[in-house]
Amino acid sequence: MDLSLTPDQETFRATVRSWLKTNMPREWKPTGSSEIPRAGQYDFLRRWQRTLFDAGYIGLTWPKEYGGGGLTFMEELILQQEMALAKAPPILNVLGVGMGGPTIIAWGNEEQKKRYPPKILSCEEIWCQGYSEPNSGSDLASLQTRAVKDGEHWVVNGQKVWTSFAHVADYMMLLARTDPSVPKHKGITYFLLDMKLPGVTVKPLRQITGEAEFNEVFFDNVRVHESQVLGGVNNGWAVGLTTLMYERLTLGFGLQMRLRIALEGLLELAKGMEKSGRVVTKEPVMRQKLAQLWIDTECLKYTGARAITKLLRGEMPGPEASTGKMAWVDTHQRLQEIAMEIEGPYSQLVKGSDWAVEGGVWAHSFLRSRANSIEGGTTEIQKNIIAERVLGLPKD
Amino acid sequence: MDFGFSQEQELLRSTARKFLENECTSGFVRARMEEPAGVTDEFWAKLAEQGWLGLIYPEEYDGTGLGFVDLTVLMEEMGRVVMPGPFFSTVLLGGLAIREAGSPTQRKEWLTRIAAGQAKATLAWTEPSARWDAAGVTCTARDDKGRFVLNGTKLFVPDAHLADAIVVVARTGEGKAEDGVSLILVPKATRGVQVKLLPTMDQTRKLCEVTFQDAAVPADALMGVKGKAWPTLARVVERATVALCAEMCGGAQRVLDMTTDYAKIRIAFGKPIGTYQGVKHKAADMLVDVENAKSLTYYAAWAVDENSPEAPLAASMAKAYVTDAYRKVAGAGIQLHGGIGFTWEHDLHLYFKRAKSSEFTFGDATYHRERVAQLINL
Ligand SMILES: Cc1cc2nc3c(=O)[nH]c(=O)nc-3n(C[C@H](O)[C@H](O)[C@H](O)COP(=O)(O)OP(=O)(O)OC[C@H]3O[C@@H](n4cnc5c(N)ncnc54)[C@H](O)[C@@H]3O)c2cc1C
Ligand SMILES: Cc1cc2nc3c(=O)[nH]c(=O)nc-3n(C[C@H](O)[C@H](O)[C@H](O)COP(=O)(O)OP(=O)(O)OC[C@H]3O[C@@H](n4cnc5c(N)ncnc54)[C@H](O)[C@@H]3O)c2cc1C
Repeated sequence: MDLSLTPDQETFRATVRSWLKTNMPREWKPTGSSEIPRAGQYDFLRRWQRTLFDAGYIGLTWPKEYGGGGLTFMEELILQQEMALAKAPPILNVLGVGMGGPTIIAWGNEEQKKRYPPKILSCEEIWCQGYSEPNSGSDLASLQTRAVKDGEHWVVNGQKVWTSFAHVADYMMLLARTDPSVPKHKGITYFLLDMKLPGVTVKPLRQITGEAEFNEVFFDNVRVHESQVLGGVNNGWAVGLTTLMYERLTLGFGLQMRLRIALEGLLELAKGMEKSGRVVTKEPVMRQKLAQLWIDTECLKYTGARAITKLLRGEMPGPEASTGKMAWVDTHQRLQEIAMEIEGPYSQLVKGSDWAVEGGVWAHSFLRSRANSIEGGTTEIQKNIIAERVLGLPKD
Repeated sequence: MDFGFSQEQELLRSTARKFLENECTSGFVRARMEEPAGVTDEFWAKLAEQGWLGLIYPEEYDGTGLGFVDLTVLMEEMGRVVMPGPFFSTVLLGGLAIREAGSPTQRKEWLTRIAAGQAKATLAWTEPSARWDAAGVTCTARDDKGRFVLNGTKLFVPDAHLADAIVVVARTGEGKAEDGVSLILVPKATRGVQVKLLPTMDQTRKLCEVTFQDAAVPADALMGVKGKAWPTLARVVERATVALCAEMCGGAQRVLDMTTDYAKIRIAFGKPIGTYQGVKHKAADMLVDVENAKSLTYYAAWAVDENSPEAPLAASMAKAYVTDAYRKVAGAGIQLHGGIGFTWEHDLHLYFKRAKSSEFTFGDATYHRERVAQLINL
């Protein structure tokens, strides 16, 4: 067991650190709450991701020939940690970088692998994920959006929902039913869909926060060329699962980092507020809660380190690889609740009020955190999966 | 970075598992619960033979010179079978205090004998006030013409009834709470030392009351510098705490294993109960608790081995988390077993009770969260 870095890795850390120092955009004002891309920031975040790309600080583990850095998860981890320490802005093309690119690299033909991943990293092309539908969420395999072959094209009809970033996306990872006559998992195909094709309509949906971050997407006889199939016709379920696996992995890294940023922000908040005339951090009950958050946040780091070790050794991921999302959700939602508790009556005030603490960011991130236990697979579904696949309990 | 166990450590794990499954069966544990000793000479000799009693002592004292990450593996396995007996008190309390603070002579005398299975030791720290801070140390050791004369009562002292040597935390001077605390090595045979075995909920852990009434020991019984023992004690306790956490992890893992095994075979409403989400989701929660507990414990073991400045924080983070986790997991294990989990016959209660006794050894979760708060400068 050794948590120390090799001299090369130490050098890498130092280089990243000093790069971040000089290149952190001046207009970026980190807020304490956990940062996710927000509507008013898209242009800025696009530029920031481009800067990272030009410096080679994104897609570290992707092969070099597809625009990546050809490095190991260790460098990725170091980078994420440094970004957290520097309170760097988030990645805008998070679904492309976290899921789309890795899936294309895993399943794409040479042409697809040359064409898409580099533009995902550079943020020239933003990606969204078209999985969920009005009648298929947790039970994703029941999806009904249809694609019917017509010559060299597939004609797509149907609807997606809760599609994050669809309103700014250039491409969609689309799951559609290509064979309704076989069992539900076997008739799905994964398409790389150009959002500018005729017949694609995006309608923003307002969320609990008041902002529109996700959308409905309608397909009306959208003609997708057959070269846009990824990983073979009717193989979409397997291809999509890769995406979910990558989602867990990258989210794992990224999420711990976001949590750490949020926690530091929370501690600052707590040090600056009083309850009954006493600084919040001096209040025994709050100290207990803050310490527990600290412990849980650190814990995610070490659970992650255990999972990464298995990866680096070329071993199968163990149970610790599957518990991360649940542990993160629990900790982050609790953190946001505690932010409200710290602010007390001030938590009611939002953006626009002079009295709002830190411009009301915590109210926003508190509301946004409600989605954590739903997006990317609900907590209930995570528990089913853990119980069945890790603990081997019988299926329903 | 490599945050996993080495091949040698995995080998130690499988050796320990096999040994303990054979030698420390449920029947053996229950027999030990019923008698004061909590261990048999034969079993103790076998632990010595395995080299485990000297695992963390330097080779010059006939130890193996291994570290806390190695020990973690062993402790997990011991926790897995709720191993009774004075291993913890001897190796990690009395023995470790001697390793950290003892003079070369004291080390030579005691560590070699501990490693060989010929002597047992313990640490007499807490008192009826049940405080973990220096102010809780009121037992006195008066300097009296080249001797120390001890007076006071120690409570919750593990295995004092078996120990040949008791390392006593005593006040040798006035002054600030942390100032004036000394460690004194008291042979149990010393006149004026009285040990009373206490009936305990967790019968696999024997606790004692130890009273000192003008118990006199020679000046060379002092360990380390007079009045300056508090940091050493903290170091010993920090290490023992990490080892305890590892033992708790092993117990929690075993409860989870027992529970998932049972959930696969127990039929209710025509199906194995593990089919029902009420059971599944609880089991998944248990897994999260167990895995997180391990992550923090392994980190703490590493930090201790490395003498990292974060070691005190790591130890407190681990103890806070693992305490809650083991208690929850052991409780959930009983719940998911239904009526059978409430019986004396089923082993679950051994784990449930061990979780409880461990919870209050070296501070509970609340105590350690407050320490974390202090250490992160809140
Ligand atoms: C902010 C946000 C962003 C999102 N972004 C995207 C995106 O970009 N692309 C995309 O495709 N999707 C996206 N989603 C959709 C998300 O993946 C789904 O909401 C999620 O999978 C749940 O599906 P559902 O909403 O249909 O709920 P349902 O599946 O209808 O679930 C309703 C409730 O029933 C529970 N439930 C369902 N089945 C079971 C079961 N078998 N056992 C126990 N409980 C069960 C669920 O846990 C949940 O509590 C986003 C969601 C949110 C909130
Ligand atoms: C102290 C004590 C006194 C008792 N006294 C009496 C008495 O006087 N008379 C008497 O007749 N009985 C008595 N009982 C028995 C008690 O009623 C049963 O233990 C209880 O009904 C559970 O049944 P079981 O033990 O067979 O557990 P099981 O039915 O085997 O259940 C095991 C676990 O599976 C869960 N489970 C089972 N089915 C489902 C499902 N469909 N969905 C989700 N979870 C499920 C249970 O909640 C439990 O956690 C007593 C029990 C105790 C502990």
